[in-house]
Amino acid sequence: MKKTSAICPFCGCGCNFYLVSEDDRVTGVEPSPNNPVNKGMLCTKGWNSYEFIHSPDRLTTPLVRKNGKLTVSTWDEALGIVSARLKEIMAQHGPSALAFLSSAKVSNEENYIFQKMARAVFKTNNVDHCARL
Amino acid sequence: MTNSINEVEDADLFFVTGTNTTAQHPLIGSRMINAVERGAKLILVDPREIQLAKFAHLHLRQNIGTDVAVLNGIMNIIIEEDLYDRDFVENRTEGFQELKAVVSRYSPNVVEQISGIRSKDLIEAARMFAAADKAMILYAMGITQHVTGTDNVKSCANLAMLTGNIGRPSTGVNPLRGQNNVQGACDMGALPVVYTGYQKVVDAAIKDKFEDAWGIEGLDDKPGLTITSMMSEAQKGSLKALYIMGENPMMSDPDSTHIELALSNLDLLIVQDIFLSETASLADIVLPAASFAEKSGTYTNTERRVQLSHKAVDPPGQARADWEIVQDICRLCGYPMNYKSPADILDEINRVTPSYAGITLERIEKEFGLQWPCPNQEHPGTAYLHKDQFTKGLGTFLPCEFKPLAEVPDQEYDFILTTGRVYFQYHTGTMTRRISLLEREAPEAVVEINPEDAKRLGIKTNDRVELSSRRGTIRLKAEVTDRVPKKVVFSTFHYIESPVNLLTNPAHDPVAGIPEYKGCAVRIRRCA
Ligand code: SF4
Repeated sequence: MKKTSAICPFCGCGCNFYLVSEDDRVTGVEPSPNNPVNKGMLCTKGWNSYEFIHSPDRLTTPLVRKNGKLTVSTWDEALGIVSARLKEIMAQHGPSALAFLSSAKVSNEENYIFQKMARAVFKTNNVDHCARL
Repeated sequence: MTNSINEVEDADLFFVTGTNTTAQHPLIGSRMINAVERGAKLILVDPREIQLAKFAHLHLRQNIGTDVAVLNGIMNIIIEEDLYDRDFVENRTEGFQELKAVVSRYSPNVVEQISGIRSKDLIEAARMFAAADKAMILYAMGITQHVTGTDNVKSCANLAMLTGNIGRPSTGVNPLRGQNNVQGACDMGALPVVYTGYQKVVDAAIKDKFEDAWGIEGLDDKPGLTITSMMSEAQKGSLKALYIMGENPMMSDPDSTHIELALSNLDLLIVQDIFLSETASLADIVLPAASFAEKSGTYTNTERRVQLSHKAVDPPGQARADWEIVQDICRLCGYPMNYKSPADILDEINRVTPSYAGITLERIEKEFGLQWPCPNQEHPGTAYLHKDQFTKGLGTFLPCEFKPLAEVPDQEYDFILTTGRVYFQYHTGTMTRRISLLEREAPEAVVEINPEDAKRLGIKTNDRVELSSRRGTIRLKAEVTDRVPKKVVFSTFHYIESPVNLLTNPAHDPVAGIPEYKGCAVRIRRCA
């Protein structure tokens, strides 16, 4: 059994807990007793937050739309199409034809690298997220 | 939040508006209840009889969308009765005369007309607020999700400054962030007008700084599109490609019919997520991402605390962390990045972001995170903001006039629909609806309707009802309850079977771009 310190993925309180895992499966959570935010407590959502991690509905491969249908693909193919199409649209219509929606559910580092991509690589400030919603 | 979660327990008074705290921020809600049991006062301003109402000394049930009038009314009484903090107003603020001129038009009688709150209750609230030594204002989307959201926020700040309730522990203006990293997404510059730490894209010196740091030229110096304008540009055809990471606008955005039209009109839609969300189903390319448990990184909570989360297990199948995917795309597009781990990215964030400069991995690993601003390695972080002065020096009062909802009820659509969440579900439900216990407790969308209205319309609890606005129709179950006032119905946006955002009004605040989820005109009837 392994315990890994993590932050609850739900509300903005940012409760701290340990993910309890066996092999490669998370089997539960334990609140962090000393953290100043939650001091050993969690709400129902926090206590149950690990369950969706191993949902059978998780996406496990890239998907590419072929003949109108999303079809199982590979990273090479999917990222090849993504980069080629983005470059093509930028060349044809300019940076303002591209936009990037980041997320209030991913880490700071991921938000940072995402806005850096929009700005440094595609030269546009068309970057936002759904925080307001 | 200007202040910290830990300070909640020491406040003398809470002014809570537009946050159903026990449902949406349970751990802050329970701290507040502890304080009330210890003797703190609670003024609740909310149209609905939410759980906190049981603990409130005063519950003001304002008509939806009249917050500015209510706040102005309270300030007017505080000024008239000379209960404001003269010292604070004289030494730390400017614009008091302008504020006084505007709020003087909001006498208790005028406010009663607009908001439905009795004069006597308003006066009591004003006196109670002014009497508290440490008053904390807490709000959430009930304040911001209006066409007047910015005015609502300014009015809360005016009240805090007028009474000297800012820049001290257990006071302040405290927005509660709904998602675990809203604060971080904003801090990291996932906004069309700023880089990290709110450094403006239109500032030439800032642009130069980022061009140097990133080793490129030609950064865009004009503000970009907000999410709302992205959707309208897509519909017009001038926006061609959209790359969405970890969001589900098909469920979360107002007027979903238009969102679907906008997204289908794109030449390229890329969606990166952990599930095949309603939005991902429309994509040309779907990229499988790792969940929070399958990667490391930092998250910034509602009190500005940057905390570390570690990887517990590997992602399923070929799924990968968002940062790894983005890094690959940048490389393929001719801009190589060489981050070996999120720690390398945090290092760069420290270098380019003054408020995060001292929030290094080594420090937050040892402590339980750090609160920004934290400008250097020695700085202890900041528990509460605006201690001796405001960022700009003096705090400016920004008085606002009351403006009605963008869409007021009429004969055809005679109810106001207001939306929110329930305790057991979260956001568009992609995660919580896959958790059996939560789904068992709150398996379907319910619309709350007042007993008097229900009786007139022949609606009983558990009846199927049809709810329509000018933008669409949904069907769902009714709950007859006096939690909602007359002529108001309430529902949630967690459920794809009854997607409430088919109905909501995309009219939005001109500054913040936030749509008016908290009030649109609808009609309700029993399904045949
Ligand atoms: S445990 Fe509950 S209160 Fe804490 S962050 Fe998670 S959802 Fe919020």
